[in-house]
Amino acid sequence: MSVEISHKIDTSRLDSIMAEYGYKKSNLIAILQKVQEVFRYLPEDSMTYIGTKMEGLSPATVYGVATFYAQFSLEPKGKYEIKVCDGTACHVRGSMPVLNAIKSRLNLVDGKMTSDDGLFSLETVSCLGACGLAPVVVINGKVYPQMTSDAIKIVLDTLLKEEA
Amino acid sequence: MTDDKKIMFIDGKEVEFTNEPNLLEVIRKAGMNVPTFCYRPDLTPFGACRMCVVEVEGRGIQSSCTMPPENGLKIHLNTEKTRRIRKTVLELLLANHDKECLTCEKSGSCELQKYSEEYGVRRIRYPEKKLEDYLPVDDSSPSLVRDPNKCILCGACVRACDEFQGHAVLGFANRGSKTVVQPMAGKPLGQVDCVNCGQCAAVCPTGALTIKSDIENVWSVITNPNKKTVVQIAPAVRVALGEMFGLKAGTNTIGLIDAALRKLGFDLVFDTNFSADLTIMEEASEFLARLKSGENLPLFTSCCPAWVKYLEDQHPDMLKHLSSCKSPMSMLSPVLARLVPEKLGIKRDEMSIVAIMPCTAKKFECKRPELSTDGHPDTDYVLTTKELGRMIKSAGIDFNKLDAETPDNPFGEYTGAGTIFGASGGVAEAAVRTAYEFATGEVLENIDIKEMRGTSNRSKTIQLDLKGTKLTVRVVSTLREAEIAIREIKEGKADFQMLEVMACPGGCVNGGGQPHSCDNSAIKQERAEGLYKEDEELPLRKSHCNPSIHKLYAEYLESPNSHKAHEILHTVYTNRFEYSYKNI
Repeated sequence: MSVEISHKIDTSRLDSIMAEYGYKKSNLIAILQKVQEVFRYLPEDSMTYIGTKMEGLSPATVYGVATFYAQFSLEPKGKYEIKVCDGTACHVRGSMPVLNAIKSRLNLVDGKMTSDDGLFSLETVSCLGACGLAPVVVINGKVYPQMTSDAIKIVLDTLLKEEA
Repeated sequence: MTDDKKIMFIDGKEVEFTNEPNLLEVIRKAGMNVPTFCYRPDLTPFGACRMCVVEVEGRGIQSSCTMPPENGLKIHLNTEKTRRIRKTVLELLLANHDKECLTCEKSGSCELQKYSEEYGVRRIRYPEKKLEDYLPVDDSSPSLVRDPNKCILCGACVRACDEFQGHAVLGFANRGSKTVVQPMAGKPLGQVDCVNCGQCAAVCPTGALTIKSDIENVWSVITNPNKKTVVQIAPAVRVALGEMFGLKAGTNTIGLIDAALRKLGFDLVFDTNFSADLTIMEEASEFLARLKSGENLPLFTSCCPAWVKYLEDQHPDMLKHLSSCKSPMSMLSPVLARLVPEKLGIKRDEMSIVAIMPCTAKKFECKRPELSTDGHPDTDYVLTTKELGRMIKSAGIDFNKLDAETPDNPFGEYTGAGTIFGASGGVAEAAVRTAYEFATGEVLENIDIKEMRGTSNRSKTIQLDLKGTKLTVRVVSTLREAEIAIREIKEGKADFQMLEVMACPGGCVNGGGQPHSCDNSAIKQERAEGLYKEDEELPLRKSHCNPSIHKLYAEYLESPNSHKAHEILHTVYTNRFEYSYKNI
């Protein structure tokens, strides 16, 4: 039930993404977003390749952009991307116990936020703009409102059962 | 008051200004100054360090490096507020800084140290940097050492790498308190496509980027009684070293340097200018042969080791254009390695060859396996101008009181063509002086090719007439300009037959190993003028007129581009891209 993660870069895929955006330096963020969509993260070789191929950029510059924005992940993302809101409202309504429950259920620790089987990756985000539903968890775009540590465990178990 | 005469007021004093790009330049022109870490006149203003803040009436606190001057503006440099801000900036930087000042390579020339002292920072109100936040020092490069714990994130190196060399090997990574300046994904500097030009270290205000020192290695051979030490000095060193001893930039101190080197204990003192002449003999012959056959044109000069590595890293398909001539340093060393031991009746390993260079990339060049003989590197050690200055100081030599001496013969004799190698355009000018006479058999009367000179214009195209043969030469400094020339060749738009490239802006006079000059754009031109002055004063000004060169060919090398000359004076290049992290 684990997900295949390929570390070999398909450079023709990168070429077509860069071509789609006219190899323009000003489109770098959009290009990186697209690459992340395809590979589910930004493999190091993809950043090196883009930095080498595109005029006015270098691998170090692309890496700088990729590490500046929280939206980019240098680690493979899971099939299910879990976002736990830790904005002020969610925080005071108990987002940390929810986060810890997810970590313990999926054996995740700080610095290693993707599960070994590649199914789940976890991150905290700032405000999702749904403070009325605090604390909020979003999994692959689906919003789970008013979470508790028990409720999130049920959600995860359901997903795990589906994948089994 | 007319439109073109504009004035502003600095601390109440009326100051005129014209086209200065920012307040800081106006302040400096008026004979005053404010501290800065990130402002370097040859680089884009960045406004990162906030040390150059001034109080502008009606506008509050502004960074003077990024604000353009305006007519009637009233500014104040040293108010209670600006001084408090600067001191706080220093405290914050120091709180996050590895304060091992006494053992730091930059001690004594560090700008952070200097301003902390000037501003009387005696206590830092913020918590110290935690031990676990220290990052490893990167000493993988043969030329440079990167210590991120001493970085203040002023970004000068990142801009130098990008704006001079055009391919930003160094970049910012991460965000906020986690920000670091590093090569791609934190790879070691020695394993990426860094060309070792050292411009990053030249603009670094602290000890975050420094030149890898070979001083101790050189002392150990000088003090070893069983070693003969032979030294050669590059052209650009003679017009810059004096700055470390209070002399004006551009003062030619070659006589004092020769004397100082003997005082330091070197047994034989030669001059790289001699082998610059030798390079011209080989390169002019090679160029004329290519012109005749029409192959591999334009010819690229190969003296600059940063440029050579750049081509190997980025454009291996263009290596056929590169002259096969070794650099002057790497031509002289194998000649010395063969002839000096024979003459003195010693073995090669009983002798050390040291080269004094304005260049950090030469430290990489001397380690190239193809520049060795029987496994022994032809050049044992490369010292930069800065390192030589430090050795002279530590030996207690009063540089300015030395009596000028002359180099040893025969490898100390040189012409004016050899000496101008140190400035951008010099190699091409020297080559043309000789190529003209080789090609036409006539004497070139007007040998000054002034259109090739000047350190501020980084790209020049010069048209020449070799008695009917039209010749176009492109002279560029910085690899950013070299890249533009390469594009033109690849697109079939190039109209030149020779391309001279120096990676440092203005040429070797502004090399990464030269004394501190990044806060004054004019210094490189003053140094270049020092070289052209020596050229003018020398009795011989064309490489092929050097009698010692003729003697060397007659007794040893046969003739330019002979089999023997090829074996000793020419080299081969490697496709480095193929094995690099960039080949995906």
